[in-house]
Amino acid sequence: MAKLSIEDLKKIKESVQAGVTLREGGYRAKVNIHMGTCGIASGARAVMTTIMDEIEKRDLKDVILTTSGCAGLCSREPMITVELLGAAPVKYVDLTPEKMREIFSEHVLGGKIVEKYALAVGSETTF
Amino acid sequence: MAMKVFRSHLLICAGTACVSCGAFKVRERLEKELKDRGLAEEVKVVITGCNGFCAEGPIIVVYPEGIFYGKLKPEDMPLLVEEHILKGRPVPKLFYKEPIKKEIVPLLKDIPFFGLQVLRVLRNRGLIDPENIDEYIAKDGYAALHKAITQMTPEQIIAEMKESGLRGRGGAGFPTGDKWEEARRFKRLPKYVICNGDEGDPGAFMDRSILEADPHAVLEGMAICAKAIDSNEGYLYVRAEYPLAIKRLNQAIEQARSYGLLGKDIFGTGFDFDAFVYPGAGAFVCGESTALMFSLEGKRGMPRAKPPRSAEAGLWGQPTVLNNVETFANVPQILLKGATWFNSLGTEKSKGTKVFSLAGSINNIGLVEVPMGITLRSIVYDIGEGIKDKKKFKAAQLGGPSGGFVPENLLDTPVDYESLEATGAIMGSGGIVICDESTCMVDSARFFTNFCVEESCGKCVPCRIGLMVMLRKLEDIGEGKGQEGDVEFMEDLGQHIVRMSHCGLGQSAPNPILSTIRHFRDEYDEHIREKRCRSLVCTHLIRFQVNEEKCKMCGLCLKACPVSAITWEKKQPAKIIKDLCTKCKSCIRVCKFWAIE
Repeated sequence: MAKLSIEDLKKIKESVQAGVTLREGGYRAKVNIHMGTCGIASGARAVMTTIMDEIEKRDLKDVILTTSGCAGLCSREPMITVELLGAAPVKYVDLTPEKMREIFSEHVLGGKIVEKYALAVGSETTF
Repeated sequence: MAMKVFRSHLLICAGTACVSCGAFKVRERLEKELKDRGLAEEVKVVITGCNGFCAEGPIIVVYPEGIFYGKLKPEDMPLLVEEHILKGRPVPKLFYKEPIKKEIVPLLKDIPFFGLQVLRVLRNRGLIDPENIDEYIAKDGYAALHKAITQMTPEQIIAEMKESGLRGRGGAGFPTGDKWEEARRFKRLPKYVICNGDEGDPGAFMDRSILEADPHAVLEGMAICAKAIDSNEGYLYVRAEYPLAIKRLNQAIEQARSYGLLGKDIFGTGFDFDAFVYPGAGAFVCGESTALMFSLEGKRGMPRAKPPRSAEAGLWGQPTVLNNVETFANVPQILLKGATWFNSLGTEKSKGTKVFSLAGSINNIGLVEVPMGITLRSIVYDIGEGIKDKKKFKAAQLGGPSGGFVPENLLDTPVDYESLEATGAIMGSGGIVICDESTCMVDSARFFTNFCVEESCGKCVPCRIGLMVMLRKLEDIGEGKGQEGDVEFMEDLGQHIVRMSHCGLGQSAPNPILSTIRHFRDEYDEHIREKRCRSLVCTHLIRFQVNEEKCKMCGLCLKACPVSAITWEKKQPAKIIKDLCTKCKSCIRVCKFWAIE
């Protein structure tokens, strides 16, 4: 391989950064997909693959995907929670891969809540 | 170029400690479980260097959540994958349990062991794959080298190092900038850069962990040093007992060469530097700088008298800078973030952080990095979370065979070079071995002296013969043959050895004896006058009889005795039949009430 220049170093750094950001907790948006039995049964995996595909396609470094258990509203699965840094979390229900792509470009990237699929803003009070 | 995206990263610690408790078996099973569930494309398994929390190994940390799983077995993997990775439900059963309150702590950052540390040298530990140079570059790797070569003059590099106040982390604490400046002053070429990774102290494993977790940081530090002193060649002297460190270093060197970060014409600036690994054959004395250089030259590893210092005439008689692994690992960040960033932490004369390995009778055995100036008490009780099995603290042994013992009443000593020396111990390379009440100080002194006797190179008389005489005295005392005046004799002889030995090994070898006499004189007196060992370690001084007042009549000793030399009946104190007893001390180890004397 040819000699590296400082630009090459920067390129390598940027391309690997996505992975390392994940380990440092530095992100702008977090998409949490509810993967309880109910979620999985109603197609959460397909929704999740869609998100991963979007992140990869757009080469995003500041969006992370997490999974969690059942959110309690099994009849409306698949569900996700979108959390932009500094904003209240938003829950979306009855998702399909197509709806997911819409939410991804509108909300996750654009910062605009997609009201027609949203269930609620905010989360339960916890003690 | 776009990297493949993974939704989750599973970081498996593959430091030597975790590997020896089965990390690779865990990894194998983990990868199989992920594959079987079709998750291999979504989840990335990363092998990292030592995570530091060796007591909890094998370890997996799951990101982005940052959840810490410890003491894993291959059989745990199906549950972990099914629950956490597939369904997103972390598995409390496998969480870390805090040893005192027995509370579970899921997140790595909330575990006190990690929370109180300041990671600079170890900033990449458990976070990057040490076998992949790209991950190091992603964490600003080699940016400092670029800065040093293209934007700084050698004088500026040295000035920055001097201002930072970094001192040698191998033990003696010589200011790094001064050392480099001296080597720069001598114009004879070629010059050499040597990294000392011999790390021979029993209970010390800082350098090994740094080399295993972040080999490129050390290489980068060496290359920067080479630029500062006009050297083109470096050697890493790593003891052969560290196969994993040597493997990762060689891999790192290969990768750096293929990127042109080592070798000819680095960054196209005309600066050449290459590094080579030299496995040491395991002699303790080869950690001494002049002996190490002789060993590198293929000669017998024996120290020589100084001056000339290595900066003037080191390897093959040429100007040489020799620094410890941890010292070099500090360098890139000093250049990148500046001297003032570095010396913002620490005490007046000791700046930055220090890596310590915690071993012995302490709950959290492992590798920790703390700011200079933290108290030993904080290391032992806050980070180490106290003494194992609820025993009482007796002493902290610092600095290996050249170091000394710090007793309970000096635990509030801040960690810096001068304060530690005042207690009779030394900073050393950073090994801390914790002794509890079941450690006999006379016996510990004997252990370390025996080590020094075996490792003495034999070149000078005070060390070769003086230490042998000291060892015989200690053995006599342990066997009940101690006499009045022995302690004074050892103090006197010890001072002679300190003053008259040739090298650092001999000059510090009496430290374990001198510091135990200083802080635990009463134990010596008990051994000599009362023929008693309160910690029940010195077999000759144990009577092997049951103290009926202390005996709680539990019968544990009866079960433990391998030769049926104990009789016991319910609600009766146990009895030891002296004719059958082989003095194996099995009963002493199980008795919780110190009832056997």
